Amino acid sequence: MVEAGTNALTVENVDGFYGQVQVLRGLSFELREGEVLCLLGRNGAGKTTALKAIMGLVKPRAGSIRLGDVELTALNAHEVPRAGVAYVPQGRRLFAELTVAENLEIGLMTRAKGRQTREDVLELFPILRERLGQISGTLSGGEQQMLAMARALCIEPKVLLLDEPTEGLMPSMIARIREVVAALRGRGVSTVLVEQRVDAVLAVADRVCFIENGQNRETVPVETVRADPDFVHRYVGVS
Amino acid sequence: MSFPFLLLATLEGLVTAATLALMAIGLSLVFGVMRVVNVAHGEFFMLGAILAWAVTTAVGGHPAIGFLAALIVAPLLVGAAALASERLVLRKLHYEPEATIVATIGLLYIIQQVALTFYGPDARPVVAPFTYRVALPWFGYSGYKLAVIGFSIILLIGTWLVLTRTRAGLIMRATQYDRETAQAFGIPVDRVYAWVFALGAMLAAVAAVLIVPIQQAHYLMGHDPLLLSFIVVIIGGLGSLRGTLVAALLIGLSDGILSVFYSPTLAKIVATSLVALVLVFRPQGLFGKTAR
Repeated sequence: MVEAGTNALTVENVDGFYGQVQVLRGLSFELREGEVLCLLGRNGAGKTTALKAIMGLVKPRAGSIRLGDVELTALNAHEVPRAGVAYVPQGRRLFAELTVAENLEIGLMTRAKGRQTREDVLELFPILRERLGQISGTLSGGEQQMLAMARALCIEPKVLLLDEPTEGLMPSMIARIREVVAALRGRGVSTVLVEQRVDAVLAVADRVCFIENGQNRETVPVETVRADPDFVHRYVGVS
Repeated sequence: MSFPFLLLATLEGLVTAATLALMAIGLSLVFGVMRVVNVAHGEFFMLGAILAWAVTTAVGGHPAIGFLAALIVAPLLVGAAALASERLVLRKLHYEPEATIVATIGLLYIIQQVALTFYGPDARPVVAPFTYRVALPWFGYSGYKLAVIGFSIILLIGTWLVLTRTRAGLIMRATQYDRETAQAFGIPVDRVYAWVFALGAMLAAVAAVLIVPIQQAHYLMGHDPLLLSFIVVIIGGLGSLRGTLVAALLIGLSDGILSVFYSPTLAKIVATSLVALVLVFRPQGLFGKTAR
């Protein structure tokens, strides 16, 4: 296991609402330096809302979210990525009418990164180099997911938030994305991975949080989940 | 319908089209990026014209000096007024579509009445910066009007270059496409809105300064351009730059030609009928995209 003590991201007792509907109820979890933490749970459990709360896109009404020592809930939504949190939203949310290069440029502008960062990112996703001039909405699903991740990595994040990155992709793409997540861990990026399907995370996660009704029911090392399928049945149902 | 008349009508139509395109692009930009239907857009146009009169009157000397000063000062002042109304009104309403329509209607009357109070009910002329007449074989034509067409084209190309080739343009397009994701990449959407609203108003003001040596400044002059801008933007497709240009050309030319050969009323009837047809058969506009 990764050494305890240092947290890349701390989420503490967060209450989050969509209008009048409470989605997060005292949600807490900790992301350690350099680990891949998976948030697992059913549809509507509050996983995506948790990520949006971290990004400041859903303002928590209570609780604290800290990046290292920086209180993120005190920042405006556009300042959170500048602090070093990158977000790959569910459904990718590319700027679909812009080219691949322009999407990357927007990522680079976030923290004023330059050519070197762009080269590093393209190294991870060589396929994008051949598509730089293409309108991003016309890429294949897997390529779009790669671009969404590449755009986020242009921030050179300390913490990366991935919302169902393997949704609707073919197995070879899923494997590729898993490789990239593992490679990023090697570089010291801490990752929060949101998933609904347990098989998508077993290979890559260090620890798993089971999210239910906007709360963290239990956080366990991935080995425990591998050893005891019961866990998964209890929180995620059939898998 | 002899050729010289047709040529004259076409030239008149091109002048209308050029300034209309400037104004409509401002309206389209504000709607595209902010989703705000700015009913007060015509009043920013009027404000630009009145300020042009004020500046040229204050500066004196050769007309060209006053006019150049107006071309710079009037849009800046109008931009500042727009920035203030964005911060004080639209932002407070969180850019809610229905609320901002009502709010900009209110803004329309405020600006209009302020103009009436301080400028008065008279129509006042601004002297053109030069009075050179281009001698065509059939008639002489105002060199200034040709200059208006040329200058508008330059500005339109400039706007297009800013939108497609610069960082600011990239930020605007990203915000237009997906506001939430733009924020997740450090784009201060709130500030982008403020500048886009100011920029839209400034485009209207420039159009007004260009038109005022031809038309005179009056506190009610904003109505027709507003109507025509909406027509252009709806026909072209909201948020589509190319569509706005094509529709401005279409409406401007038909307005010029029909006004010369038949009557200005018929020109308006044709334009509004076109809108009705577009709304029935192609609601997203000629170049607009269907809902994302």
